[in-house]
Amino acid sequence: MSEVHTHAAHTAADFAAPPELGRLQLLAIIAAVVGLALTAVGALLDHEQFFHSYLVGYVFWVGVSAGCLALLMVQHLAGGAWGVVIRRVLESASSPLMMVLLLLLFIPVVLGAHDLYEWTHAEAVRTNEILKWKAPYLNLPFFIGRTILYFAIWGALAYFLNVWSNRQDEDVAHGYIYERRMRTLSGPGIVLFALTVTFASVDWVMALDPEWYSTIFGILFMGGWGLSALAFVIAVSVFLSGRRPMHDVLAPAHFHDLGKLLLAFVMLWAYFSFSQLLIIWSGNLPEEIPWYLRRYSGGWQVLSIALIVLHFMLPFLLLLSRDLKRNARLLGAVALFVIVMRVVDVFWLIAPEAHHREASYVGHLDPLAVLFGAAAVIGIGGVWFWLFVWGLRKRPLMPLGDPLLEKALHHGQHHH
Amino acid sequence: MTNEDLLQNDDRPIYGLMAEFDTPTEVVNGARRAHDAGYRQMDAFSPFPIHELTEAVGAKKTRLPLLVFFGGLVGCVGGFLMQAYMMAVDYPLNVGGRPLVSIPSFIPVTFECTVLLAATTAVVSMIVLNGLPRPYHPVFNVPRFDLASRNRFFLLIESTDPKFNRDETRLFLRSLNSREVSDVDY
Repeated sequence: MSEVHTHAAHTAADFAAPPELGRLQLLAIIAAVVGLALTAVGALLDHEQFFHSYLVGYVFWVGVSAGCLALLMVQHLAGGAWGVVIRRVLESASSPLMMVLLLLLFIPVVLGAHDLYEWTHAEAVRTNEILKWKAPYLNLPFFIGRTILYFAIWGALAYFLNVWSNRQDEDVAHGYIYERRMRTLSGPGIVLFALTVTFASVDWVMALDPEWYSTIFGILFMGGWGLSALAFVIAVSVFLSGRRPMHDVLAPAHFHDLGKLLLAFVMLWAYFSFSQLLIIWSGNLPEEIPWYLRRYSGGWQVLSIALIVLHFMLPFLLLLSRDLKRNARLLGAVALFVIVMRVVDVFWLIAPEAHHREASYVGHLDPLAVLFGAAAVIGIGGVWFWLFVWGLRKRPLMPLGDPLLEKALHHGQHHH
Repeated sequence: MTNEDLLQNDDRPIYGLMAEFDTPTEVVNGARRAHDAGYRQMDAFSPFPIHELTEAVGAKKTRLPLLVFFGGLVGCVGGFLMQAYMMAVDYPLNVGGRPLVSIPSFIPVTFECTVLLAATTAVVSMIVLNGLPRPYHPVFNVPRFDLASRNRFFLLIESTDPKFNRDETRLFLRSLNSREVSDVDY
């Protein structure tokens, strides 16, 4: 290079979180109170419905955290400017404290296990050969133990990735040492993530209908959770880009990169979801097809069509545009829309399973189920989001010691 | 070569003038200044893609993405209709009692046809829009131009540019901190 750039070292104050984040925390508290109060009303009306609604909100927000943990490890492994500018968002969404919160929020699922999971009833297991066969795996103590193990693994990964990241901020001169450590952990971490998500999706969601199975279910959740996390990260980044300090950092080139990733994840989700449908539809077997038949009638088909059109086709066509991806506001709007459709997808996976074993089951999409599902997502989301913003405000919004910091700051503006 | 040597054969028509740079920063800055100075008929050459350079030379937006989109759309609709015609009209076949037009089983082939036509359109359109194949191009008359695929960066101002003036443009290109300025013979 002919020009010699002399960069003054950045300090934590250069990237201090904007005070507007405090207002978001207040909004989160309001959302938590209103959402959880409405969810509690639902519990009094119909406790089986309540636990299914709660599971919708719970699985959605675990998905954002676990997805952010996976993206964090991917960015440590792959490098690149896109990862450096979102690293603090990823770390705050998957912090060790967040994993503790999510483990505590699992308690209502355990309390509602009898309403959610047929295999927790001794009577049902005694009379059903399939449940008897599956009992060594599908039993309550082992179920609880496995969930604790998932959070122990996610929490341990999150703990080291956050602690080393903090040290990197304090010891900028040796930032590359911590970067190498985080990269070394992220390799096996991704493998552990794939395994834990597969088992978690089987335990929490597939086991709602213990006679049904789909071998692609875990991958479906990996893609879906990755998409939830990425859409969330983009929405937060767009908010931050409107204010200092991130206003001076985030350029159209960053949003272009994130938009391309979002498009890839939208297609990945559609690919996995359709693969499951095609195989089960083609086989048309009595032990597999009822799961889709429940989502094919009684109003649920509206959601099924909506998933194809609004979760795949619309975001896919919009995200093809280069101009849209480089426009922070438009990309943020698409990301928020994708988040809404992610909630619809989780709702569609879980809610039709409520009451389906009862003789009186008619399978209609109940407006109350929609209301209480939304309330649970907003209520749990409020608590989750408060802790997320708390974590984000504690530290500078950019990793000061990241070896790629300068490159990320000048992405799409200069070249080296 | 001295200034006098270059100015001696001024009457000979040339394709343009080419400046050579050592670094990407210099070629991008040079292209920006040339654009600011009012030059429009210009091109730049680099061993690797530089996004800023494309913007700096004022390259017009290409129609390629739109063509690829319509290629994909034709593949998508055409692939689906092809299967529907085969399965329901030309040779109706009952497969396990399913409807003749079974949308889920048509999706993989529809997807493949979309990709096939979009990709083919991209390659063919790229070749046509670039005016390829072109066995002869004047820029290769510059002896050092083969370095454009190694470690040098070139900025070309074509003689068709309304603002092009052989002496002024040469002095302008020199002023850009370039390593060397050469005539590009036809």
